[in-house]
Amino acid sequence: MSSLSVSERTAISVEDVSVTYRTSFERAPTLRSTMLRLGRRERVVREIEAVRNVSFDVPHGTVLGIVGANGAGKSTLVRTIAGILPPTAGRVEVHGRVSTLLALGVGFNRKLSGRENVVLGGLAAGLKRDHLAEKYDDIVAFAELEEFMDMPMRTYSSGMYGRLAFSVAVNMDPDILLIDEALSVGDARFRRKSAEKMRELCGEDRTVVLVSHALGTIQELADQAVWMDKGQLRMWDDPDSVINAYTEFLEVKQDAVTLEDV
Amino acid sequence: MSTPTLPRPSRHRREDEFTGERHVYEPHTVGLPPLRSYARELWRRREFAVELSRTKLREQHFDTAFGQLWLVINPLLMALVYFVLIDILRASHAGGLKFFAHLVAGLFAFYYIHNSVTVGVKSVTKGGRLILNSAFPRALLPLSAVITAFMRFLPTLVIYVPIHLLAGLPVGPHLLWVVPIFALLTLLACGLSMLVAAAQVYFRDLSSFLPYVLRIWLYISPVLYYPERVPERYKFILDVNPLGGLLTAWSDVINRGHAPTASSLLLGLAWGVGLFIVSALFFMSREREFAVRL
Repeated sequence: MSSLSVSERTAISVEDVSVTYRTSFERAPTLRSTMLRLGRRERVVREIEAVRNVSFDVPHGTVLGIVGANGAGKSTLVRTIAGILPPTAGRVEVHGRVSTLLALGVGFNRKLSGRENVVLGGLAAGLKRDHLAEKYDDIVAFAELEEFMDMPMRTYSSGMYGRLAFSVAVNMDPDILLIDEALSVGDARFRRKSAEKMRELCGEDRTVVLVSHALGTIQELADQAVWMDKGQLRMWDDPDSVINAYTEFLEVKQDAVTLEDV
Repeated sequence: MSTPTLPRPSRHRREDEFTGERHVYEPHTVGLPPLRSYARELWRRREFAVELSRTKLREQHFDTAFGQLWLVINPLLMALVYFVLIDILRASHAGGLKFFAHLVAGLFAFYYIHNSVTVGVKSVTKGGRLILNSAFPRALLPLSAVITAFMRFLPTLVIYVPIHLLAGLPVGPHLLWVVPIFALLTLLACGLSMLVAAAQVYFRDLSSFLPYVLRIWLYISPVLYYPERVPERYKFILDVNPLGGLLTAWSDVINRGHAPTASSLLLGLAWGVGLFIVSALFFMSREREFAVRL
């Protein structure tokens, strides 16, 4: 657990990263509304500074927990590390194969079966077909969805959805696993099982970035923690200190409710 | 790759496997990702595009006998409808079976492009979750639409062959010209698919305009008539139409039995390559924004 020892090489290095993006208020941008707006000469674009000048390093084999209120930029930060969103400034360097489990998504097409979604997701992530076939049974077994894999994913419950997503992410042999709010899925038994799997992965010298509101999970699994507040890095320390400061900031007592269910 | 100088703890994985992949994400000043590594990643994940298209076809029951049959019957019926329509309008049987062969060959080529565009237009906006949750070259999505269109084009070849033979059209080595012309059509299809897929992200109503645009495009393309029947004052339409040169060459080779003219081939080459490059650059410069736009 000597997570801060210098002999470890860096898995993820985030250097002074800022992510700014423009969003429009319209639900769905259309040619028609653009024409109408041009006529009125108004612009409905807002710049959002989701992440501002954040820097930290994650050594190999470390579990990094990220905490923060809603809209603090946690998910944006993780997506930047995954290479999904480009940084507006700064630099992100990632060493190793990344597997992402962001906001509970394996599947993108709910009309397709679980099997098709797993295969497509894996191929998109750059895995080879034979590697995928090799891992497929493990994935299904871990998610405990044997009899559901050929059914369209729209028939899945949200728990089943989450279980499959988690199972895909952890069974892909990632060097770096990025998890966003995922451990809270499934029933108590599956949660225990996923926490165990996470511990196992961490023991195998893998790097995990874990975003969660379940402070108890962070406290238990993480070696380091980062607290994000309004896009900025508020604190980067060991999990206990970060969670103490964070809960103090929230002015709530660190009771069982905040630990598990907030 | 940074070489470690410090002693490393023992690992159960090979070193090269461990550091085999290094990713650096930085802001792009010109908005374009490094092209060479982009192309490499695209090629490495080609299986994804193939599998996505296969899934799409399965969704449309392409793998069942009736599904296949429908794919064959549908364009044939369409060709018949146009043939009857044109025959009535012209009130003469000037063309007969030879003209029918031209119509069928042209329609099938046009529908290859048509399908690439109509499947491609929603490829990015429908990829929502996948785009939000994993990093991959987004161009795979519209390119997969072209694969789908190609798979739908293949059975139409089977229908065309007997019509060609029945019409008594010449068979010879000149037919090999079909290969480069089809390659250019494919390039055009890839370009257009990327263009509309990216545009659809910004203008979600594009897909509802498209059918009208495509219908007009069919009418100004030399499919429902022979290219040389276009009146002199409207000849420019064949030049500004991306399919003008290519479909002229297509009909020359398949239905007229001679090599395409240099001008039609060069026009097709210019449109195919030009549109592909412009669209690919547009798509790639925009694709990193897709995740926040969906």
